[in-house]
Amino acid sequence: MSTPIIEMKNIEKHFGSVIALAGVSLAVHPGECHCLLGDNGAGKSTFIKTLSGVHQPTSGVVEFEGKPVVFKDARAAIDSGIATVYQDLAMIPLMSVARNFWMGREPRKGVGPLKFYDAKKANDITMSEMARMGINLREPEQAVGTLSGGERQTVAIARAVYFGAKVLVLDEPTSALGVRQTANVLNTIDKVRNKGIGVVFITHNVRHAMAVGDRFTVLNRGQTLGTAVRGEVSTEELQDLMAGGQDMVKLEQSLGGTV
Amino acid sequence: MSSSDPNQNAAPETASPNSPNTDERIQRQSAFKRALIRPELGSICGVILVFSFFLMVAGDSGMFSPSGAMNWTVVSAQFAIIAVGACLLMIAGEFDLSVGSMIGFSGIVIAMMSVTWGYPMWVAILTAFAVSMAIGWLNGYIVVKTGLPSFIVTLAFLYILRGLTIFLSIATTNKTIIGGIREKAEGDWLAQLFGGKVFTGLFQWLGDQGLIEVFKGGSRKGQPIVDGIPMLVIWAIILVIFGHYLLTKTRFGNWIYASGGDAQAARYVGVPVDRVKILMFMFTAFCATVFATCQVMEFGSAAADRGVLKEFEAIISVVIGGALLTGGYGSVIGAALGALIFGVVQQGLFFANVESSLFRVFLGAILLLAVILNTYIRRMITGER
Repeated sequence: MSTPIIEMKNIEKHFGSVIALAGVSLAVHPGECHCLLGDNGAGKSTFIKTLSGVHQPTSGVVEFEGKPVVFKDARAAIDSGIATVYQDLAMIPLMSVARNFWMGREPRKGVGPLKFYDAKKANDITMSEMARMGINLREPEQAVGTLSGGERQTVAIARAVYFGAKVLVLDEPTSALGVRQTANVLNTIDKVRNKGIGVVFITHNVRHAMAVGDRFTVLNRGQTLGTAVRGEVSTEELQDLMAGGQDMVKLEQSLGGTV
Repeated sequence: MSSSDPNQNAAPETASPNSPNTDERIQRQSAFKRALIRPELGSICGVILVFSFFLMVAGDSGMFSPSGAMNWTVVSAQFAIIAVGACLLMIAGEFDLSVGSMIGFSGIVIAMMSVTWGYPMWVAILTAFAVSMAIGWLNGYIVVKTGLPSFIVTLAFLYILRGLTIFLSIATTNKTIIGGIREKAEGDWLAQLFGGKVFTGLFQWLGDQGLIEVFKGGSRKGQPIVDGIPMLVIWAIILVIFGHYLLTKTRFGNWIYASGGDAQAARYVGVPVDRVKILMFMFTAFCATVFATCQVMEFGSAAADRGVLKEFEAIISVVIGGALLTGGYGSVIGAALGALIFGVVQQGLFFANVESSLFRVFLGAILLLAVILNTYIRRMITGER
């Protein structure tokens, strides 16, 4: 297999006496969707923040394209090509799709102090990028608030891809969505993967993970227990690993295998 | 699902086969409706309503003669100057309740510097701008660093500045009104930018042609009653155009919207939210000082009680203009129209010989109507629920 875009080796993160991450290893290759599964409290959020430069690991090594790096802040990670799409904080509903898409990196035209926001370029590129992701906007000026939750996630993903993301970190992109919208987001993940971008898909929904994942890593009590390749592992096994084994088996029996 | 497009299985029968790029759920909007549905719609309706009302009620009272029109234009321009600053700040997600106190404070700074201490007028004006913008910076810095609501922080400055203004003027001159500014401003290059009038030649010509009224007698016989456009009005126009361009046509404008819309989401994509907010507090202070300087030049005096309640009048203009109180949405053009409504109503009731206490009733009713209308328009535009 090719060199991973980013590889985290035995990452630990302590907050005072609390050990949030106790040895997490994960490698993301270009063009793969790597699912990180974990129940609430497993350390998913801490892990995302470590990956995206918000937190620095207490110990362990992060290698970016084969070289060890330390991202000192979120900006440094973004500049290297690690784009994180947060579940709730992706978009500003009152602003237009185009203005959201370009937020922080607005195209400008003009010279010297007279640089103006290039609305035409912003609108045209937004329309074409969104069309490539399979969303047809009425107009680029329409407010994000008029889009569905799935469409908002897609705008955020399209934005990250357009601005040259090499690794796309998606924080539970489907957890608040309906069936149809989830399908749209999973479809978008597939499109992004086919561009050669590495996707880290964080979820606690095993079925969503199984739908698009190439490899699966389960995070439990701050530790990863190895990575499984698609086809080698079943939905039930992943579910058990997430829940920590024994308890889940008992619960499943008592509920008649419906969980 | 990973290999095939879920959309193809989901709803193949509803998509039109002729146009694969259309979505049956996207409603067609006519160009007319799109042009109509905008943040300024409420205030445009308000302007039409208010003008029709006063044309009917006070059409023959001289309200729409050149001097009458100049009367409400100047009052509207005063509101517009402070509304532009309040508008941009509100869109950036913050309030400034210290605007009124800032107006009194800046005026007293100019008067003390020039009259009491004898500095040239331009030094006094520049000092007032520097001091007030520094206070604007402090307002913004405290809000950004403590995370306290700007409502509370600037409410504190409303009292601090008003108290300091009265204290300083009494401590230095033993009065709360400092006069003699007009004499000091005579021939000063910077004072001209705030106190002068422009297009005086044009108005003299119009008067000579008999197109506008001239004085029939007295020392100013033959001179037009309206002899030029006050610089105050020019400042209002410049600030409105500047604010509108800044907000809608620049990168920084997008950051203003983003900072007010969702500061955390804006930070995640690299928008310098704190800087944007602090700069908007400084801009609001700048606008307040423009207002104060024009007023001081017009009256020839500064008084410690100037600008009382101006902060609310600015906020009312902005809200009539369609801005959202919680930030992230609004329009400078709307705020300017709100200021126009405010000015026309205030002066129009005087022309219409209506008991002046009814002004507040009228204003409150307009505010309520405008906000209700604006809420519906905004929901249509932004899909808020």
